[in-house]
Amino acid sequence: MATSEGVTGSSANQTPPRRLAAILRSQMRNIAPFLTLIFLSGFFAVASPSFATLDNVGNILTQVSVTGIIAVGLTFVILCAEIDLSIASIANVTGIAVAYFTMQDSYVNIANVPMPGWAAIGLALLLCALLGLVNALGLTVIGIPSFIMTLAMMQIAAGISALLVRGQIAYKVPGLITTLGSASIGGIPWIVIVAAVMLLGGHLVLTYTRFGRYVYMVGGNREAAEYSGLNVNLILGSVMVIAAVCAGIGGMLGVAHFGSAQQNEFDTYLLDSIAAVVVGGTSLFGGRGGIGNTIVGLFVLGVLNNGLDHVNIDSFLKILIRGLILLAALVINVYAQRLRAKTAD
Amino acid sequence: MPQGHAPILELRGITKAFGGVEALRGVDFALSAGEIHGLVGENGAGKSTLMKIIAGVHPEFSGRFLLDGQETRFRSARDARAAGIAMVHQELSVAPDLTVAENVFLGSQPTNRFGLVQWRRMAREAGEQLARFGIDVDPQSRLGDLPIGLQQLIEIARVLFSGARIIILDEPTSALSPPEVERLFTTLRRLRDEGTAIVFISHFIEDILRVSDTVTVFRNGRKVADAQAADTDKAALIEAMIGKGREALEETYTHDMALPPPNEQPVVLAANRLSLSRSLRDVSFEVRAGEVLGIYGFMGCGQLELARILFGKLRPDTGALAVAGDQKSFGSTAGARRAGIAFVPESRRAMLFHQEPVYKNISISILDRISSLFLKPSHERALAKRQVDQLQIRPAAVELDLGMLSGGNQQKVALAKWLNFPPRVLVLCEPTRGMDVGAKNDVIHIIRDLRAKGLAIIVLSTEPETVLSLADRIIVLKRGSVVREFADETISKDRLLEAA
Repeated sequence: MATSEGVTGSSANQTPPRRLAAILRSQMRNIAPFLTLIFLSGFFAVASPSFATLDNVGNILTQVSVTGIIAVGLTFVILCAEIDLSIASIANVTGIAVAYFTMQDSYVNIANVPMPGWAAIGLALLLCALLGLVNALGLTVIGIPSFIMTLAMMQIAAGISALLVRGQIAYKVPGLITTLGSASIGGIPWIVIVAAVMLLGGHLVLTYTRFGRYVYMVGGNREAAEYSGLNVNLILGSVMVIAAVCAGIGGMLGVAHFGSAQQNEFDTYLLDSIAAVVVGGTSLFGGRGGIGNTIVGLFVLGVLNNGLDHVNIDSFLKILIRGLILLAALVINVYAQRLRAKTAD
Repeated sequence: MPQGHAPILELRGITKAFGGVEALRGVDFALSAGEIHGLVGENGAGKSTLMKIIAGVHPEFSGRFLLDGQETRFRSARDARAAGIAMVHQELSVAPDLTVAENVFLGSQPTNRFGLVQWRRMAREAGEQLARFGIDVDPQSRLGDLPIGLQQLIEIARVLFSGARIIILDEPTSALSPPEVERLFTTLRRLRDEGTAIVFISHFIEDILRVSDTVTVFRNGRKVADAQAADTDKAALIEAMIGKGREALEETYTHDMALPPPNEQPVVLAANRLSLSRSLRDVSFEVRAGEVLGIYGFMGCGQLELARILFGKLRPDTGALAVAGDQKSFGSTAGARRAGIAFVPESRRAMLFHQEPVYKNISISILDRISSLFLKPSHERALAKRQVDQLQIRPAAVELDLGMLSGGNQQKVALAKWLNFPPRVLVLCEPTRGMDVGAKNDVIHIIRDLRAKGLAIIVLSTEPETVLSLADRIIVLKRGSVVREFADETISKDRLLEAA
């Protein structure tokens, strides 16, 4: 929630209650998801004695880690008012690639190319960066809307995955990936630490670097950014590559976490990561929000998924409830944008 | 013109205000069948407002509205169309993603008895109508793929052939080439002879005089003159438009002004024979350090495109730019900025971030010079504060969201963002448009200070006052070409208008 929206003094001439109302209105995008999180946590804590335990908090953290890693890059993309639908597929193909370049047990029937661990990781990272670069070129040089461009990339990445594993399942990944994806240190899973570090890194980049400022400005008013002499295409291209690399890292650790690499393993992560970013309050119109919002969104989704398991609800109803919560978040997102636009006028 | 006919349309004592500002004050206007009625007047004189009342776009007004002698009130543009009144608006209003034929028949597609659109018939008839108008284009092609001028012609054609008995054309010729204008006039005369009443608004007074039977002049929301086209001339109309004599006191720039002789400073920016499809033809000029070059022309004369070429947003088809003697071809606005060009577009919305604080708006274009990887917020705020103080931006709070500032102060912020590291060339589009007198004067003083500091400044405007109050040298753009340069001579508003 550490977004730096400078509202202090923006309504200096108003009476205190009106001023408070103005601040609340302009901060609605940050406040609403936070209230949702508190409400959901409270509800599940009362409804199930097993929910509010330290063990379960650890479970939730672990459960949202892969989504969290993928959502870091997606936050950059959505802040620029673009979208990336290929992240789950890129995560999948990167996870498969790192396994493909690792020696598998003899019963695994995949024509793989074993290499040293560092080379396998390097090649997998190169692959996701390249796919991100194709997204970037399609968006900026050719001018394909990101929605369509990444829809095509979703298929392309899924196609590469299919060709690499041909319906089989691989199990082995390099030791470093196995450790980061499935081991713990001092009781804390490494994957939680990686997610936390990447979220923190994303936050620092967005808040304290020049590039981060450009991301917000391009998202806030692309035309004005261009007429200020910014290289808008370079910034848009960069966020597409960042999103693909974050997805790739999430995919490699995810494969280690699940213990296998196979086709369609990450399909649910597309919706989850978009939901985390948007439920957290980052504006779909760009320029507003940030990693703080994404973290809140991750917890809202994590608490919801985990809590629904604890109250023993029909697993089919679970899907519907998740959809309804996402819809509610989108409504709030759009209204928050309008309220803020009104305050600015 | 058939005299003695009762007018088919008569307006009496029309008054219309927008938010307390009167756009029309007690205007009488009459239109007869078989007449082409020309309207002239400066921007904001009330011509377009009156026409929008006739076309039902502004249903709220006071005064009497008589159609065929009957008191009438339109509630919408739809009502007006049903009564046989059609208008071509100044802003292009076509559907670029539909085909030419669909645009020609927008809202009135021929259907068979099942209510299905008869596509083949529609394409054939659209082709025939356009051919009658001298437009040779495939009716099945996408309208947005055609040049702007052709799109404008097709929109005009749609209205001309809609069967309306009153046709209003607001500034229809700005993007047209001379032969296209000629074809338009031929068609207008034919429609007139068939009994259609036509209102023709234009900044091009020669055009008005050539095609109209009657001319009406507007100034400041009033009708100030009415004449037969045959009995008047350009000079008389311009005089009526800008108001000489008794009312001259209100106007500031009707008197003669002396432009200074060119200075001896080096040329900073040279444009050499820039051409851009239908917008610009062979435009060349130079601007020197410590000089303000004014580029004046009517809306649609190619100014906006020219400014965007200078800032690397558009690429010219042919021609070249040179900055301080070096040939440059900007691939992007970032390239133009690196070459030392600064740009303030005509719309503040296209330039500023309304939801961001003032200091971020000011620092955006210099971040790469004041910080490397990490931002330096205190330095950033200090530089912003310096500009806020220097340009007297009010309120003087750099943390305030830009949207909270008045229009004039926003315009100062748009200038401020370029001034911490002064550029070599400052390109300003409509720098004082829509500002109150105080803010206007502030901006004029800021620009003069910058000139004194040795910047080369280009001011592009459709308002003669803006150009006259700032420029040392003026070039006039007309339909994409430079038609006149004023330097080291006396000039006045009427001479400037006459050149355009």
